[in-house]
Amino acid sequence: MIVANAKYVKAQKFGRYIALCTGAVIMVLPFAYMLSTSFKKQTYLFEIPPRFIPKDPTVSNYVNAWKNSNFSRYFLNSLFVASISTLITVLFAAMAAYAFAKMVFPGKRILFIVLLTGLVVPTIVMIIPQFIIAKHLHLINSFAGLIFFYIGGNFALNTFLLRGFMEEIPGELDDAMKVDGANSWFRFIRLYIPLSKPALATVTLFSFLGSWDEFTWAVTIINSDDKKTLPMAIALFHGQHATSWGLVFAASMIAFIPVLIVFLLAQKHFVQGLSLGAIKG
Amino acid sequence: MSGIAVQDNGSIQRQGYKSRSGSRLVSRHRKMAGNYAVAYLFLLPGIAVFFITIIFPILKSLQISFYDWKVLPGIPSPFLGFGNYTRAFHDPIFWRSLVNSGFYMLVTVPPQIILGLLAAMLLNNKIKGRSVFRVLFYLPVVTSWVVVTLLFTYMFSSDGGLFNWVLKDVLHLVQHDVQWFASRWPAMLAICALGVWKGVGWSMIIFLAALQTVNPELNECAALDGAGSFQRFRAVTLPAIRRTTTFISIMLVIGGFNVFISVYLMTGGGPSGATEVLLTYMYRQAFSFLDFGYGSAIAFILTGIILALSGVQWKFFRTDDK
Repeated sequence: MIVANAKYVKAQKFGRYIALCTGAVIMVLPFAYMLSTSFKKQTYLFEIPPRFIPKDPTVSNYVNAWKNSNFSRYFLNSLFVASISTLITVLFAAMAAYAFAKMVFPGKRILFIVLLTGLVVPTIVMIIPQFIIAKHLHLINSFAGLIFFYIGGNFALNTFLLRGFMEEIPGELDDAMKVDGANSWFRFIRLYIPLSKPALATVTLFSFLGSWDEFTWAVTIINSDDKKTLPMAIALFHGQHATSWGLVFAASMIAFIPVLIVFLLAQKHFVQGLSLGAIKG
Repeated sequence: MSGIAVQDNGSIQRQGYKSRSGSRLVSRHRKMAGNYAVAYLFLLPGIAVFFITIIFPILKSLQISFYDWKVLPGIPSPFLGFGNYTRAFHDPIFWRSLVNSGFYMLVTVPPQIILGLLAAMLLNNKIKGRSVFRVLFYLPVVTSWVVVTLLFTYMFSSDGGLFNWVLKDVLHLVQHDVQWFASRWPAMLAICALGVWKGVGWSMIIFLAALQTVNPELNECAALDGAGSFQRFRAVTLPAIRRTTTFISIMLVIGGFNVFISVYLMTGGGPSGATEVLLTYMYRQAFSFLDFGYGSAIAFILTGIILALSGVQWKFFRTDDK
């Protein structure tokens, strides 16, 4: 009886691994294919059977994308826009979250509900009036136009996540500092910011990746080549050179590698952040 | 809780106004008002940007949808009332877009929930390489839509693409290469395949977090009482993750109706509008034909559908609770 049970447990464990490995292969295979294609010469693109290890691999796609097709420029554009908008949106969201979590003021409930509305209504539904507003504010075809709207787009989720975290910070420390005469701003900088570091790391990651990957707004308001960000540059490049898949994927890898590195280094924060938002929501 | 606190202070403030003679109350009122000002200052920068970029556009969108909105300044925009909405009602391409969006939602949401939950349950054990699996499943979620869409477009190429090779030469399921993007339903299936592949990791991570809050003792008790693994799943696990399932289901339905980039880049709504979804149609009306009024009406109809479906799901899962 016990032997049969042990056998059963072993078989179950084996089955579990088979299922997980199948899933993992399906998840990773497309990325492996992209990587391999980015090292392929044009003539080997549609070989049958497809090869995962390219025949005489070449880095010319990367050289071409980085230098001749201007992707070094788009990379810097994306880095600039994503960094600045992340910095500002996290600061603004932390300030608002502090007020929502620890302060009392009239209209708090309503304001918070309005904030949640911003979470439910998807950004792209508002793209027409956003475009009109951007035009009135002379933000079309500018980095400022991207940054300003990325801050607004990320603000609600960040505030929501940070508020949940700050509410859990016990009030005793805060009271002690208050007795010592520290004002709100001082307590925010010296107490709440340091204590919220894990949550801040999470929202920083989410905001950065969100801006780094954003496509629709960029393609709507940017129309000069020197201001393109990576996702729109890749999409437009593919539109012009539909069959140069080696080049397209070399460019895609340039956009993907930073995401991969950030994700691998900070995956703990991703998981924490998701559970923070989901379970409390 | 916070709502009650606000009301408490609101009444203190009103009292302060009424009995100005009570100096203690006045000073308390002043102190409260000072605190409010600090709170508003902390809120101001973010809320200001949020109102300009999100809340004002929502209201503006509603206004635009009632006009034949002229993009160029100086030209008056005629008021149409519900004209744009009735136009959508009689527009066959609008209906086709709605059906395609609905199809995408119906085909992609159940697999994301089922496979996500399955993966989470497999990983909710002491198992070697757990964090590696977690990373691999989540990788598509953090990758940009543009990159994964182009990747799937390449893999679904009719001539020498990876999928056709697998279907024809490895599995022998088809005799000839499938022309994925030449007609409506194969193209929609390709778009749905991408949607499921990209989304499974997200629901998995959230299910995983919820599963970790399930009390293992309950499971052990049920096992001692002779409950099989499926019975335990139904009696112990499912009730414990009901809230999370509601959340995931609502978010996925919203996401399903918001399918845009994958369709825009994979088929562009083609061939000849066959795979148009609500948002690609809205985008084309606005930014190709400059018909902002009609585009806004479509966007508002979509918002209405999303809110209604979220409400229905909320109610459905809630009444189930009793």
